[in-house]
Amino acid sequence: MIRRSKGTMDRLPLDWLGLLPFAIFALLFLILPTLKIVLGAFQGPDGGLTLQNMIDLNTASIRSAYWTSIKLSVITALLGGGIGFAMAAAVVFGGLPKRIRSPLLTFSGVASNFAGVPLAFAFIATLGPVGLVTIWLKTNFGINLRMMGFNLLSFWGLVITYLFFQIPLMILIITPALDGLKREWREAASVLGATGAQYWRMVALPILFPSLLGTFALLFANAFGAVATAFALTGPQLNIVPIKLFAQIRGDVLGNPNLGYALAFGMILITAAANTVYIVLRIRSERWLK
Amino acid sequence: MTRIFAWIALIFGCVYFLLPLIGMAEFSLKMRRGVYSFDAYRKVFEDPTFWATFGYSLTLAAATIVVGVLLVVPTAYWVRLRLPKARPYIEFITLLPLVIPAIVVVFGYIRMFNTSSILPLTGSAIGTDFLLTMGYTTLALPYMYRSVDTGLRTIDVATLTEAAQTLGAGWITIMARIILPNVMIAVLSGAFLTLAIVMGEFTMAALLNRPAFGPYMQLLGANRAYEPPALAVIAFAITWGCMGLMQLVTRLAKHERAKA
Repeated sequence: MIRRSKGTMDRLPLDWLGLLPFAIFALLFLILPTLKIVLGAFQGPDGGLTLQNMIDLNTASIRSAYWTSIKLSVITALLGGGIGFAMAAAVVFGGLPKRIRSPLLTFSGVASNFAGVPLAFAFIATLGPVGLVTIWLKTNFGINLRMMGFNLLSFWGLVITYLFFQIPLMILIITPALDGLKREWREAASVLGATGAQYWRMVALPILFPSLLGTFALLFANAFGAVATAFALTGPQLNIVPIKLFAQIRGDVLGNPNLGYALAFGMILITAAANTVYIVLRIRSERWLK
Repeated sequence: MTRIFAWIALIFGCVYFLLPLIGMAEFSLKMRRGVYSFDAYRKVFEDPTFWATFGYSLTLAAATIVVGVLLVVPTAYWVRLRLPKARPYIEFITLLPLVIPAIVVVFGYIRMFNTSSILPLTGSAIGTDFLLTMGYTTLALPYMYRSVDTGLRTIDVATLTEAAQTLGAGWITIMARIILPNVMIAVLSGAFLTLAIVMGEFTMAALLNRPAFGPYMQLLGANRAYEPPALAVIAFAITWGCMGLMQLVTRLAKHERAKA
């Protein structure tokens, strides 16, 4: 009590001292390592500042890696977002039994965390060359997936696999937003003579738009940074940015350590851009959903 | 009409989600030709490397949870009690691990703590273990912080603190005997999620070259046919178990609060 009445002069710094452990942790194990990468991206082998690494990124192989990664992330975010939205809307508005909701959300929590190496195994056992579905289609319907050009270890195989954690993540994030749509809005719209489609187009979707776009950004970043699933599925040869970076860190495959920094810096730029969109839109959408 | 579409969406989702789970379960039973058997599981459980890597990851998960709790609970408490102004900044930092891919963070570790640096953590096994624990703590940070902060919102931090101080309690007593028990549910729920994340993590452990469960699974996947789906079933069971326990503690907490 006596200490407190001493006045604000020495109280302020003492209060901030309480955050010191957290600040040291964040600096040492999160912020400084990242800064090291960012700085390294602009340094030459001699340590001097240069833009050469950025220029060196502009090779056919690295350009195509970024392009494939961005395509993969956009497509899985769009498909995952769309399907996840449909499933969440089905449970919230579709008149399905109430009992379905809680198991679906629990399952989504499990599935969105069931990523990485085991997920790749599950899909190989299902859609791989001797997988359950592949064999079933071949013996019962004479459909040969491989002859039709489908290969699990390809871009579209990766898309199908990534959806296993993208869809549940969408369900988890969008269900509360759908719950936030007030019944009164729908009633007001129908009193004024709006059809169901008009309600969605002119009331619900504009309100949901920021959270939809924001979740899209989060799903994008989620797919863009994923390493383990792709690595376990296809090994080190698939040309996407995280796999390329993984190989570079393990064995300097690019033949220039600073080019690795630049590759990583590019990843930070892209996920940071996606997440800035997410955070800004989230703040905007929360205004309506309170 | 809406109901038909709703059922179609739901059934489509169920088929998509159940097929890989059935696929991996079925494949894992096919090791012996012609009949279903648990041979693949026996092979996995007989492998000493399985137990070694599993135990290693479990130990790291425990360490991560301890570090996470010691770091997050006092910080979140202090921000609520004394520094509400710092809240947006702390929250921003805790969300950073969702923005910066894990592979970039671990790349930074390798370059910052290598043998020629002032803090050569990667030079020794124990140092690398420490570094990996810190890495996992950053991965778990967004979930742990959010969970604990939500838990703190439900209690009156200022009153509890003053009451304890009036009775002569010091900061450590307040943290250990007042705050922690009150946010125990939130801490447990964050801990189970951390466990699920750490047990399956691949990138950080592989790049820091530590014998964790994730890299072990990947290695087995590259060399064997029937053991990988068996491992996938085991990993899925672990994830399911962690999420189940998380739900259970939350539900128990609601029950208790309803009684009180």
